[in-house]
Amino acid sequence: MIKKIIAAAAALAVFGAANAGAADFYGTLKKIKDSGTIVVGHRESSVPFAYIGPDNKPIGYSIDLCMKIVDAVAKEVGVDKLNVKLVPVTPQTRIPLIANGNINIECGSTTNNLTRQKQVDYALTTFITGTKILAKKTSGIKEVEDLAGKAIALAQGTTNERAIKNAIKDLGIKDVKILSVKDHAEGFLALETDRVDAYSTDHILLFGLISKAKKPADYEVVGRFVSFDPYALMLPRDDSAMRLVANRTLAGLFRSGEILDIYNKWFMKPIPGGKALNVPAGDTLETNFAVQAFPK
Amino acid sequence: MIMLGDFDFGVIVTALPYLWDGMQLSLLLTGLAAVGSIFLGTLLALMRLSSIRLFQWIGAIWVNFFRSLPLLLVIFWFYFLVPLIVQGQVDAFESALIGFVLFEAAYFCEIMRSGIQSISRGQAWSGYALGLKYSQTMRYVVLPQAFRNMLPILLTQTIILFQDTSLVFVVGLADFMTSAVTVAQRDSRLVELYVFAALVYFVMCYFASLSVKILQKKMHK
Amino acid sequence: MNYNWNWGILFEEPYFDWLVSGVEWTLFVSAVAWIIAFSLGSIVGVARTVDSVPIRAVATAYVELFRNIPLIVQMFLWFYVVPEMVPDDWGRWMKRDMPFPEATSAIFCLGTYTASRVAEQVRAGIESIPVGQRAAGLAMGLTTVQVYRYLLVPVGYRIIVPPLTSEFLTIFKNSSLALTIGVAELLYQARQIENYTFQGFEAFTSVTLIYLVLTMIVVALMVSVEEKTKIPGYGIQKDK
Repeated sequence: MIKKIIAAAAALAVFGAANAGAADFYGTLKKIKDSGTIVVGHRESSVPFAYIGPDNKPIGYSIDLCMKIVDAVAKEVGVDKLNVKLVPVTPQTRIPLIANGNINIECGSTTNNLTRQKQVDYALTTFITGTKILAKKTSGIKEVEDLAGKAIALAQGTTNERAIKNAIKDLGIKDVKILSVKDHAEGFLALETDRVDAYSTDHILLFGLISKAKKPADYEVVGRFVSFDPYALMLPRDDSAMRLVANRTLAGLFRSGEILDIYNKWFMKPIPGGKALNVPAGDTLETNFAVQAFPK
Repeated sequence: MIMLGDFDFGVIVTALPYLWDGMQLSLLLTGLAAVGSIFLGTLLALMRLSSIRLFQWIGAIWVNFFRSLPLLLVIFWFYFLVPLIVQGQVDAFESALIGFVLFEAAYFCEIMRSGIQSISRGQAWSGYALGLKYSQTMRYVVLPQAFRNMLPILLTQTIILFQDTSLVFVVGLADFMTSAVTVAQRDSRLVELYVFAALVYFVMCYFASLSVKILQKKMHK
Repeated sequence: MNYNWNWGILFEEPYFDWLVSGVEWTLFVSAVAWIIAFSLGSIVGVARTVDSVPIRAVATAYVELFRNIPLIVQMFLWFYVVPEMVPDDWGRWMKRDMPFPEATSAIFCLGTYTASRVAEQVRAGIESIPVGQRAAGLAMGLTTVQVYRYLLVPVGYRIIVPPLTSEFLTIFKNSSLALTIGVAELLYQARQIENYTFQGFEAFTSVTLIYLVLTMIVVALMVSVEEKTKIPGYGIQKDK
């Protein structure tokens, strides 16, 4: 009897869902269904989350996760194969582009914070990091206080830019010269070519930059965490149907443990175009995955 | 210090197919934007020269408005803010194209205006005398000659337009410039890639303007 | 369109200060670059009209080189490439110790680029003076230098005031490209305000208006200069 009821309920649920699915798409999913295209924004130098690989295509941890979501979206709207249009974004362009509807999902290394939630929405947290400083070993910089009298590059529109600027102001650090750059690649090049003494972004990205450097041994990540930065894939605001598809996919990966395979692929093994980062997931991140492994 | 001998030409060779994709986009954008803005510019020129006040004003405001703004600002407007107004996705290429057409039309308008003015009034009058309407006179008598006279200047402005397309770099549209920067940053080969990009643009624009000069000489024979 | 308008944000701190400092940088970069463009452009322009073939060739090469490379590429060459091509000490100085490395690179870039355009105007101005006048000058016993000093340059420049005005406006508009190498000029500030407040419309609208107003001021100033410098009966008649 109970089995029958469950079966009937399940059948009803499936029927209902299918019915709803056929007619009731709205917002992003409707746009995707109508155009047959999903527009994916991606970063170009957030190693190993989203960066341009040796064959000039974006690859990385966030890209892998995004592609899982793209497949789920295709299934949801009932299309066999969605056209995936890739649009490169920078820290400065990503939020306006999600807000103006030009990209449907952003795969990169974006911090989820409450200010940004006024403009955009986020899927579940996929990584946890914070601001640190990358310096040449010879520079003598060991902490944020050592920036006095030195030059540092910061990427426009990043949370790190504000964290470091605030730290400089709050701690009264004197004579810091700030070079404003467009993205991490430009910032690292400024460091590599001795234009600045340090570059600052999330500590995991700093390891990513080192892994691709010509002389990795010359650089070190120093200092305490200046900010707390949980990463999430960015989505359009006020669109819970789209967010549900994304979160269902991510929760599935967290539940099955597949997330750790994807994690290890990008953080523990050599990556295309660079060396292995060798940063284990660690307790915080594994707890994060466990806590967000919502049941079906 | 980097000497010429230190140049890593290999980086450029490997990147060539990717850069070529970028160049195709640059050329496509230039071609479409040129056609669109010459067409719109001609319309604006006719408006500026029309006897109807309202048209004169629209033409004059358009030209003076866009000529007062940096192209970069116009590109930003169309990339970030117009999609918000129209509430829909606007492809990056399309938004750049629309921006270029509206902006460059202001410059082409002024070229076409002087082109039309260079045709003697008598020609238009004889058109009317033959019983042609305004549109017919313009289409069959005045505009073909104006285009012909202005061809070298229109082409020169198109070369400038080609150079201007490199500005789409700021919105990440993968033109030649953007592709060169992407490779430069990915492989940390700034010097090689930027010098190469400069060289490519120089050779293309130099020979294009040389051809325009030759054309100009032929026309003046 | 569901957008939360908030024009007041533009007058809040620090955003208002950002706009003001953006205007200052835009004007500063344009003005200094214009000084370079005008002086260098004059030299190159005059050099293109002299009799000496090698001098003319060098001047022509300069114009062709700077005219045929997009400005943004030149910006990157000055900022990223030049410091790597010079001896290491100089390169380090350019990258670190030079005052405002980004703005200085942008100024040199805009100045040298616009110089090639100014040179063309100067040449056109001088060439528009009938050859007879030069011949008359020489016949009176003036040296070539004197012919340039007292005849060709003063007359030539008065003819080309209107096109020079538009070159100045060009440099002013082109200064926005300095944001690509990190100069905090007007457009840069608009984007920064958008980034901090998400009020992109207000930021970009205000910047658009600022550009329009500044252009109008420059045009008005130059109209009065044109009136004063106009040579009766010379140059192109303005259409009414």
